[in-house]
Amino acid sequence: MTRFTGAIAAGLALALSAGGAAAQQKLKVGFIYVGPVGDLGWSYQHDQGRKAVEKALGDKVETTFVESVSEADAERPIEQLVRTGHKLIFTTSFGFMEPTLKVARKYPDVKFEHATGFKRAPNLATYAAKFHEGRYIIGQIAGKMSKSGTIGYVGAFPIPEVVSGINAYMLGAQSVRPDIKMKVVWVNSWFDPGKEADAAKALLDQGVDVLAQHTDSPAPIQAAEARGRFGFGQATDMERFAPKAQLTAIIDDWNDYYVSRVNAVLDGTWKSGDTWGGLDSGMVKMSPYKNMPDDVRKLAEETENAIKTGKFNPFKCPVVKQDGSTVECKGQGALSDEQVLGMNFYVKGIDDKLPQ
Amino acid sequence: MRLELTPRAEISPWARALAPVAALVVAFALAGGLIALLGRSPLAAFQVYILGPLGDPWALQELAVKATPLILIAIGLSYCFRANLWNIGAEGQFVIGAVLGGWLALRTNGTEVGPWLLPAMLALGALGGALYALIPALLRVRFGVSEILVSLMLVYVAQLVLDYLVRGPWRDPKGFNFPQTVTFDPAATLPAVAGRIHLGSVFALVAVLATAVVVGRTLFGYRLRVTGDAPKAAAFAGFEPKRTTLVAFAISGALAGLAGIVEVSGQIGQLQPAISPGYGFTAITVAFLGRLNPFGILAAGLVLALTFIGGESAQILLKLPLDLTQAFQGLLLLCVLVADALVSYRVRLVATARATP
Amino acid sequence: MIVEAILLTIVTAATPLLLAALGELVAERSGTLNLGVEGMMAMGAVCAFAGAVAFDSTVLGIACGLAAGTAMAALFALAVLGFAANQVASGLALTITGLGLSGLIGAPFVGQRREAIGHLALPGLTDIPIIGRLLFGQDAFVYASIALTALVAVFIRRTRAGLVLRSVGENHASAHALGLPVLRVRLLAVLFGGACAGLAGAYISLVYTRFWSPGMIAGRGWIALALVVFAAWRPGWALVGAYLFGAATVLQLHAQAAQTGLPSQALAAVPYLVTILVLVLLSLGRHRAAGAPGSLGQAFVPDR
Repeated sequence: MTRFTGAIAAGLALALSAGGAAAQQKLKVGFIYVGPVGDLGWSYQHDQGRKAVEKALGDKVETTFVESVSEADAERPIEQLVRTGHKLIFTTSFGFMEPTLKVARKYPDVKFEHATGFKRAPNLATYAAKFHEGRYIIGQIAGKMSKSGTIGYVGAFPIPEVVSGINAYMLGAQSVRPDIKMKVVWVNSWFDPGKEADAAKALLDQGVDVLAQHTDSPAPIQAAEARGRFGFGQATDMERFAPKAQLTAIIDDWNDYYVSRVNAVLDGTWKSGDTWGGLDSGMVKMSPYKNMPDDVRKLAEETENAIKTGKFNPFKCPVVKQDGSTVECKGQGALSDEQVLGMNFYVKGIDDKLPQ
Repeated sequence: MRLELTPRAEISPWARALAPVAALVVAFALAGGLIALLGRSPLAAFQVYILGPLGDPWALQELAVKATPLILIAIGLSYCFRANLWNIGAEGQFVIGAVLGGWLALRTNGTEVGPWLLPAMLALGALGGALYALIPALLRVRFGVSEILVSLMLVYVAQLVLDYLVRGPWRDPKGFNFPQTVTFDPAATLPAVAGRIHLGSVFALVAVLATAVVVGRTLFGYRLRVTGDAPKAAAFAGFEPKRTTLVAFAISGALAGLAGIVEVSGQIGQLQPAISPGYGFTAITVAFLGRLNPFGILAAGLVLALTFIGGESAQILLKLPLDLTQAFQGLLLLCVLVADALVSYRVRLVATARATP
Repeated sequence: MIVEAILLTIVTAATPLLLAALGELVAERSGTLNLGVEGMMAMGAVCAFAGAVAFDSTVLGIACGLAAGTAMAALFALAVLGFAANQVASGLALTITGLGLSGLIGAPFVGQRREAIGHLALPGLTDIPIIGRLLFGQDAFVYASIALTALVAVFIRRTRAGLVLRSVGENHASAHALGLPVLRVRLLAVLFGGACAGLAGAYISLVYTRFWSPGMIAGRGWIALALVVFAAWRPGWALVGAYLFGAATVLQLHAQAAQTGLPSQALAAVPYLVTILVLVLLSLGRHRAAGAPGSLGQAFVPDR
């Protein structure tokens, strides 16, 4: 039996290596996704980035993805990518941090990039996007557009990234309408269209007339459209799902980052580090401002510019917590990156209790 | 036209042994058809899916790692299924086992503890799974509530419990508020046997052997089978079905819980919201593929683990979608079930005419 | 106003559950336990959406959904009726197969959308406060699901064919002895269950969310199975159960929006815990396993 399978394996290895020799010059780039590429949100946008790499670099690269990888069982697929000759590997969910680190230690000559994590190594870089910058802008728009004075938020899980988004949204809204009220509903899932729709409807039923979401499907904004209210696209431009309701969308745009990192490996300049890109880097983009009066659009564009040019920071000090205490200012005139990355409090004005 | 089944008087052991192999071949043919429909070469897929991992020492090791929780859980489930008790909630028992065992690891984190720690964690994990499995068992015995539904509903509840704990009270204070606990101390980590293979794989083998003895050689095993095959006869023989139900569920839950703590302590090294890619559900397939026979389950666990690993290879090397793997697993199970029927019955296709009684 | 809005949301959440549960109820009444509802719904959802996009017609989409659900049920029938395979395991296999196949079929349709389907509008009636839109402003699926409940109830209780269905499910050996075509009755019942699950899936992809994506059934097939037991195999109670579960799901979201301060996970667990509790309470009020068809889940092989 061993001889039989051994012979076949040898034949296979030969076939594979022959194929490999022909494509020797190509850099193989691997991607690990936490969801299906068809989730229309998080993993979908990363896959758009992968396609951008293929488009930009054509023959020089070969890209591969493994989708719906469980965070409980990621070490093997990551290592499998290494073993099949991938020299640059992007792992695109926070839960892949430990497995990525383990594999990175084992293969020092392969480059790794982990999204939204905080553990690095000489061959393991991290990257994330400052989505809260976009959320401040949509907060301002929401404050202006709301007639009822109550805005809403559909959240996935109370992790810092989502919480800082909620705070930025609230601060933005308060900046144009100090007495604004906000309601938050947690779906406890990144992706469950039916439940997201129900959550959105629950908020709309309770008087919310402008809805933001931090879950992946277009279901919430679609619900807003059906009720003639407003909403914001998440991760991707959702205008086709809600042409009348979408005021703008906060787009995750990994394209430029991925292309530049792959290029860096190609020309040998890749270095580990942490990239936290915002509106200025193009990692966060706002889709065209629509369905709103000109003065609101102008305000949004001004804020976008101010953030882009570094003149304004959504978490500029002082930031006041829900209980009235002021947050210690550890950055320069604003909260430090660490404070934002690990945010676990609500700002003043949000009545709800943050799930702890 | 319709199919007519006649029970076979004698079932050849050869037929019984070869049936799963035949089923495997048919399932491959069906999957090959699907792959051809997708415009790819079925032969290349077969190489990557099956032969590739089998000829690669690294993949064989990963095979053992992946198969371990599947076999542990499926062995437990076989106790229930044999007695016609439908525990569909092993996934929840897995999670609660990991939570209870993990609690001890977190409680003692950073302190010097004796060598009792790991055994105690494993025991707690098994206990947690057993207690959680006893909920549907008790409700069934006491109130006649369907154990299928209760055990399934409790899966969702268990996942929410774990979710609450790792996002709230058990969160690592230094982890930037991300939902995960601290990493377990080395003393609370299951030691490796070879490479990535940890002690859990040994437990799985022990469970297989022990179950072979229990089911084949003990009165309890006999009672299980009789309760499942002929409940009325079991009652005549004075077997207490309630006790059988409780014990079968407890064993099944204990093994699922053990698998949970083994996975967390041997593989993941901490508690986090996702600790299982659906092992508890896949194990149901494993149990049936192995026809509830301990050695069959061992083989079936390895086969399913192979399809998972092959499925990843197929995504990487052939860019075949993941859904294909899932469709294949479902078809494989259906084929095995039908093959079993073919072994037990003679099947004839007859023209539509009134069946003469 | 808010009460009306909440009730409207509950109707949308409950309708797919009710449709799938009715189909499974009929299948189980014939003595066949099909745990593949989730898989049949997944196939119904994807084929309905694909059909609606391909033919640019919601009606044809629905037809495709129905056909897909029925085809999956036929596969199940082949295994459990044709070959007397184990029903529980075959049902699980059907779910796995359906989830996988739906992903393969749906991949090209990710990111597309459909327009909302029409709602009933009766001048005067639909505008009545609170109950107007609830009673006279729903979409066709909702009315169909209610009508189907009534039809199934009448069929099972009042018709000769319903009597045959019940006898076959209650005791297949005696039914066979009486000359009833056990397997043919079961085949029809299973196919009906598949069609209903397909319809429920179509509702999810064409009405509930109006786009398709993998994993969108999100466990609703399993809830439908639970509802059948909850309903003690009676159509009227299936309706009550579906609306209760829909209400529990929707109200937990409202409870969050109303800022109760409870952990969201605890609230999210409520529908499941309530289901268990109700199952227990129901069993207290009745004899043990009352209503369960006597031959449920058992293979039938006619002896000569």
